[in-house]
Amino acid sequence: MYRILRKQALSENIKLMEIEAPLVARNAKAGQFIILRVDEKGERIPLTIADFNKEKGTITIIFAEVGYTTQKLGCLNEGDAVLDFVGPLGHESEIDNFGHVVCIGGGVGIAPMFPITRELYKAGNRVTSIIGARCKDLLFWEEEMRAVSQTLHVTTDDGSYGRHGFVTQVLQEMIDQGEKIDLVYAIGPLPMMRAVAEVTRPYGIKTIVSLNSIMVDGTGMCGACRVTVGGETKFTCVDGPEFDGHLVDFAEQMRRAQIFKDEEARARAAGSCGGGCGCH
Amino acid sequence: MSLEKGKKELVLKKTPIPEQDPAVRARNFDEVALGYTEELAVQEANRCLSCKNEPCVKGCPVQVPIPQFIAKIKEKDFAGAIRTIKTKNLLPAVCGRVCPQENQCEKNCVMAKKGEPVGIGRLERFAADWEMAHGVEVPEVAPPTGKKVAIIGSGPAGLTAAADLAKLGHKVTIFEALHVPGGVLMYGIPEFRLPKRIVQQEIDNLRKMGVEIIVNAVVGKSITVDELMEQEGFDAVFIGTGAGLPYFLGIPGENLNGVYSANEFLTRTNLMKGYLFPEYATPIKVGKRAAILGAGNVAMDAARTAKRLGAEEVYIVYRRSREEMPARLEEIHHAEEEGIKFQLLTNPIRLLGNEQGWVTAMECLRYELGEPDASGRRSPVPIEGSNFIMEVDTVVVAIGQGPNPLVPRTTKGLETNRKGNIMASEETGATSKPGVYAGGDVVTGAATVIKAMGAGRVAATAIHEYLMNK
Ligand SMILES: Cc1cc2nc3c(=O)[nH]c(=O)nc-3n(C[C@H](O)[C@H](O)[C@H](O)COP(=O)(O)OP(=O)(O)OC[C@H]3O[C@@H](n4cnc5c(N)ncnc54)[C@H](O)[C@@H]3O)c2cc1C
Ligand SMILES: Cc1cc2nc3c(=O)[nH]c(=O)nc-3n(C[C@H](O)[C@H](O)[C@H](O)COP(=O)(O)OP(=O)(O)OC[C@H]3O[C@@H](n4cnc5c(N)ncnc54)[C@H](O)[C@@H]3O)c2cc1C
Ligand code: SF4
Ligand code: SF4
Ligand code: FES
Ligand SMILES: [Mg+2]
Repeated sequence: MYRILRKQALSENIKLMEIEAPLVARNAKAGQFIILRVDEKGERIPLTIADFNKEKGTITIIFAEVGYTTQKLGCLNEGDAVLDFVGPLGHESEIDNFGHVVCIGGGVGIAPMFPITRELYKAGNRVTSIIGARCKDLLFWEEEMRAVSQTLHVTTDDGSYGRHGFVTQVLQEMIDQGEKIDLVYAIGPLPMMRAVAEVTRPYGIKTIVSLNSIMVDGTGMCGACRVTVGGETKFTCVDGPEFDGHLVDFAEQMRRAQIFKDEEARARAAGSCGGGCGCH
Repeated sequence: MSLEKGKKELVLKKTPIPEQDPAVRARNFDEVALGYTEELAVQEANRCLSCKNEPCVKGCPVQVPIPQFIAKIKEKDFAGAIRTIKTKNLLPAVCGRVCPQENQCEKNCVMAKKGEPVGIGRLERFAADWEMAHGVEVPEVAPPTGKKVAIIGSGPAGLTAAADLAKLGHKVTIFEALHVPGGVLMYGIPEFRLPKRIVQQEIDNLRKMGVEIIVNAVVGKSITVDELMEQEGFDAVFIGTGAGLPYFLGIPGENLNGVYSANEFLTRTNLMKGYLFPEYATPIKVGKRAAILGAGNVAMDAARTAKRLGAEEVYIVYRRSREEMPARLEEIHHAEEEGIKFQLLTNPIRLLGNEQGWVTAMECLRYELGEPDASGRRSPVPIEGSNFIMEVDTVVVAIGQGPNPLVPRTTKGLETNRKGNIMASEETGATSKPGVYAGGDVVTGAATVIKAMGAGRVAATAIHEYLMNK
């Protein structure tokens, strides 16, 4: 069992948990993820390592409650435990001094963007970060991101905070103003990552995205997480999760994200929690 | 039945094993074969001629003392029977159920020359089930040697190596990537062929022998082999990580929705209990017409699973003919009884989908058999212009698996061959790295449970020697 040492609501349906998992923390690096299972009847879901503490042997995860399993996880409290927690999985981010790096986090994608941004900052890059969310209430870690960036831009789709609009607009303006950008990192919903890749494509600015394919084992054993990158089939869990955004077949990824849509709706409807636990 | 000149009456047919009715079982996940009763077991045991030269034993990769254990069953000494089997085979309840006996022990049985061989597998299973029902003896463990061995992977190879080393008094820790130990026995082979409680019980026994099992530990990611040896004080390591990497055909359309690897399809169903969705939270989806590509055990398991999950038509699509199908004979029969259809000498060249990205059909070619190839099997040759369309809404690719590269890639000085299999001595399991041994599918490529067990045992013997001379 893996104990939840700290739980924090970052917004109404985005939660942070710090979980005791020494074997995962031991080798954890920015860009990697874990897979957890809440209980005996639970499914395996992947979540990015949002932060880690090797001394304490803990991993921080941040998740949006979007369906059955994340809601169930959100119902757990400090002192509770999850049954299974495995990692670190996937490749770590390639950290180097690239020059001027733009780090873009959309929605819950701000969480996985944070440790990568911090490492890039520490490596001596000039970091411009752009974080965005649908509305002010869904935004989190603004100060954390500011602390590891030379410049921080904030956008909301509805204009309730920061710039009114999308993260891509800020990026486009930077390019239009002739800013030299050496590397773009984008983590967020698939449509956002695709949009970022489309903005940078004409300028040939290298753009790295972190994919959230459907997974089961996370070790290269099942192939559920396959994605076409540059015309070749890759397994997100072992070959990724980060890929060159200009080579990813986003249309295929978006279709594949829908594979279990009907079943997911059924699971939510049949859910034992479904709000009954009093935390929704 | 026939009489042999005044001698004992020879019964030419195997005593049938009670089974669930095909129409019923094709819709449930309960075990198909129900097993012999004591009476049926004794009846079948009496068919054995106790041959002095023991041809059957030569066919068994781990040399189970077959005539001897069958003799105990004849005497109704079932405890004696299982004890005899266990001198050589750690997992008889598993092997009795899943060994390809027709190619191994039973192939060599003298009775097979006259009629059907003795049901060695069924008797082995009977003895093992009898023991489980009457309380399993936990083997004695030698006094601690003070040596620590890490076993990576908990399939049949790892479990066997662990048990043998624990018996010899070494401190054994198994590291398993998944949340459940057992390897393919747990995630691959379906409940209706190998109930999970049986594997579970074997694993519980291992724990009783003092073996520690750490699940959720992906070696190469959570911790490396070098870290185990240099930082965690393990004196030797056995790698039994299996052949878990699924192969795809590399044809267009393979990433369409509704196309699974057999590993995904079976893992969702078995390991994650997707057949009990939504009580268990992992979804699995099959349509009305499912095509399974391949004809080995994995393909048969996927086909029969698809049927049980509600597919109306299930096809085994295979580019060779019936004779070349690598699956166990019994499972091919079971699949046929359950209404699985065989589309032989056929292979898809691309998968077609609809606008939402779901697979809707396969374009296939028909094949004929040509000259024997390197493996001695007649090689399939496509017939030009024989293209046809097969409508399907679920495709399961079951054309084989390779070794997972996580461990080799992260272990200094561990040599692999071109296919990525770890190179290890057949006699000892020793790899190119001192103190590191390997066995099972990760060395041989996808093979059998009993061969993996054999390799685990061979390596355990060599590891013991290595540790005691170190
Ligand atoms: C490498 C990786 C890192 C991720 N990191 C984060 C993170 O840090 N924070 C976060 O909130 N989310 C993250 N996700 C997404 C997260 O795994 C899904 O939101 C979660 O699995 C949804 O489960 P559910 O049962 O609550 O919702 P469901 O209703 O079951 O699913 C909602 C959607 O999530 C996706 N999904 C469903 N099951 C899985 C699965 N087994 N594996 C992957 N995706 C699935 C599908 O697109 C689905 O339509 C990550 C995904 C991947 C692959
Ligand atoms: C569906 C299916 C049906 C089969 N049917 C039969 C049959 O009827 N009869 C028969 O004899 N054989 C059958 N086989 C083959 C047989 O199951 C295998 O040959 C046998 O299980 C191999 O044993 P193993 O110990 O080498 O590896 P596996 O059983 O594959 O076990 C390997 C274990 O190592 C773990 N692992 C992998 N990488 C790591 C890592 N990096 N760190 C930690 N752990 C790791 C895996 O999770 C797994 O648990 C079947 C196989 C399949 C897939
Ligand atoms: S272990 Fe397999 S091959 Fe050996 S006797 Fe038992 S069933 Fe036959
Ligand atoms: S060969 Fe057949 S009949 Fe002879 S001892 Fe073995 S099982 Fe019995
Ligand atoms: S999640 Fe199974 S191979 Fe990637
Ligand atoms: Mg879900």
